[in-house]
Amino acid sequence: MKDNAINTPIDPKQIKGWGIDADPKNDPTYPMRHRMNVGEDPDSKHRPTLQHVDEEVLKSIERPNVSAVFGTPEPPRGLSGLIRRQAYKYSENQYKHWLPMILADRVDMIEGVLDDLAHGHVPNIFAERGAKMDWKYNRSGFFTRLATISLLTAGTIVLFSGKGKNKNKRSKKQRRYQDL
Amino acid sequence: MLAMEYRGPKRVRAVQKPMPEIKHPQDAIVRVLRACICGSDLHLYNGNIPDTRVGSTFGHEFVGEIVEIGPDVTKVKVGDRVIVPFNIACGECHFCRQGMFGNCHESNTEATAVGAIFGYSHTAGGFDGGQAEYARVPYANVGPVIIPPDMDLDDAVLLTDVVPTGYQGAEMAGIQTGDTVVVFGAGPIGIMAARCAWLFGAGRVIILDKEDYRLEFARNYSYCEAYNFQEIGDPVVFIKKITDWMGADCVIDAVGAEAAGNTLQTITGRKLLLQAGSATALHWAINSVKKGGIVSIVGVYGPTDNLIPIGNAMNKGLTIRGNQTSVKRLLPRLIEHVQNGIINPKGLITHRMPLEEVADGYRMFSDKLDNCIKTVLMPPTANQ
Repeated sequence: MKDNAINTPIDPKQIKGWGIDADPKNDPTYPMRHRMNVGEDPDSKHRPTLQHVDEEVLKSIERPNVSAVFGTPEPPRGLSGLIRRQAYKYSENQYKHWLPMILADRVDMIEGVLDDLAHGHVPNIFAERGAKMDWKYNRSGFFTRLATISLLTAGTIVLFSGKGKNKNKRSKKQRRYQDL
Repeated sequence: MLAMEYRGPKRVRAVQKPMPEIKHPQDAIVRVLRACICGSDLHLYNGNIPDTRVGSTFGHEFVGEIVEIGPDVTKVKVGDRVIVPFNIACGECHFCRQGMFGNCHESNTEATAVGAIFGYSHTAGGFDGGQAEYARVPYANVGPVIIPPDMDLDDAVLLTDVVPTGYQGAEMAGIQTGDTVVVFGAGPIGIMAARCAWLFGAGRVIILDKEDYRLEFARNYSYCEAYNFQEIGDPVVFIKKITDWMGADCVIDAVGAEAAGNTLQTITGRKLLLQAGSATALHWAINSVKKGGIVSIVGVYGPTDNLIPIGNAMNKGLTIRGNQTSVKRLLPRLIEHVQNGIINPKGLITHRMPLEEVADGYRMFSDKLDNCIKTVLMPPTANQ
């Protein structure tokens, strides 16, 4: 409650523009205000000029056609594209539509890294994550993140190298057993 | 051309991409003069919006100069400087003709629940955005509005989203003279919603957030009471207490999917993506508005489900309104307000960065570093 002290009361009428857009009849307000019944709308089937479909566009099954204009820059591709095509077979009402899409996004991310490497570009993840800003304005946060990443990396290495050793030990025992 | 490019959660960079092309007779190509990073971009940046494809360019808040037009474009011409509303609208469909330019039915093939938005995933139409040197602007006869000659470009760029969305948040709240209005979230949209609540005659405006620097900014910019929800105990009880135990007349959720304040919501909504984002602010809004009150939602959530107390909404007789902002509908009135000095959009801008440093800009805005409220990106061609 410490903020109460600095929240001094104000006379709203002193604020520039106070009440300038007040409208007692503003109920129902937008978006219901100009509600129009589809059945009574003679132009409800009207469509603008259509954009030529010259590449793959995934379409929601909740509409009968491709919209008059659509975005073109990133058509589906690779494994992520396969997953997306499957996802678009289900309606927006279903998890079978959205959850695979999130999976596809993550697969796409990995494909993006592979694509970078294939083009001879090693992504500078440090720069892409804007870590410079953390270094500049949040030094403690920077070191905390760095320590966390280092610990996780070290832990993963130890875990996997440990598993490797166990496998060797087992195989040595097995060999001894076999020797006996 | 230089453009921002998404590479995966929390990874973006500036790269060279092909120039956009005219794909439809009503298309225009715009040379971007200013582009902003929006709080809604963080949902994409964090990987929370399905069908956000690697290689996409974000940016739905931009202004620019028209450099090329399609054969059917008659309302703007090459050389015009225009405000580009963040939503793409045909102006002819059943919804556009009701003023619902944020719900156009002829611009998004991939989803029916949301209209098309520049640079906002394939779920919102798959259009590249304006965090680039150039952008394709469909339906150029409908969306772009010519910037008045006396208007600052910094004011103009905030008229593409922040000002209209804050204004519509207040409008949808159905504020009547003397109403107590609570706004959750002191980001740019929340601050603007609090400022605009006064225009509708609010008697008291209260804003809640967890960042002290944003609360201080809101206090000065929006003339409202500002409270840090981490210091007031249960925010719902607090609001009841300061409203004579009745609750606020109207509550505006200006946070959306990135909300903090509830561990269960944060883990299930933001970390595990089991919800369409963390619905903490909406949960609080429903519980802190008075019986029969109105909840207005301008915070963005994903397309799946959220944990909210819908039983309370029913038992309290609430009206819940939400929508993507109908920027085109609101622009004439808001341009007037800016020209008359009633709203000062550029007062929200705290940082300005070259497009080349877009990754740093996102990180700064996302982590709320250096007291960041609003960042403007400047493409290299902006000063030509």
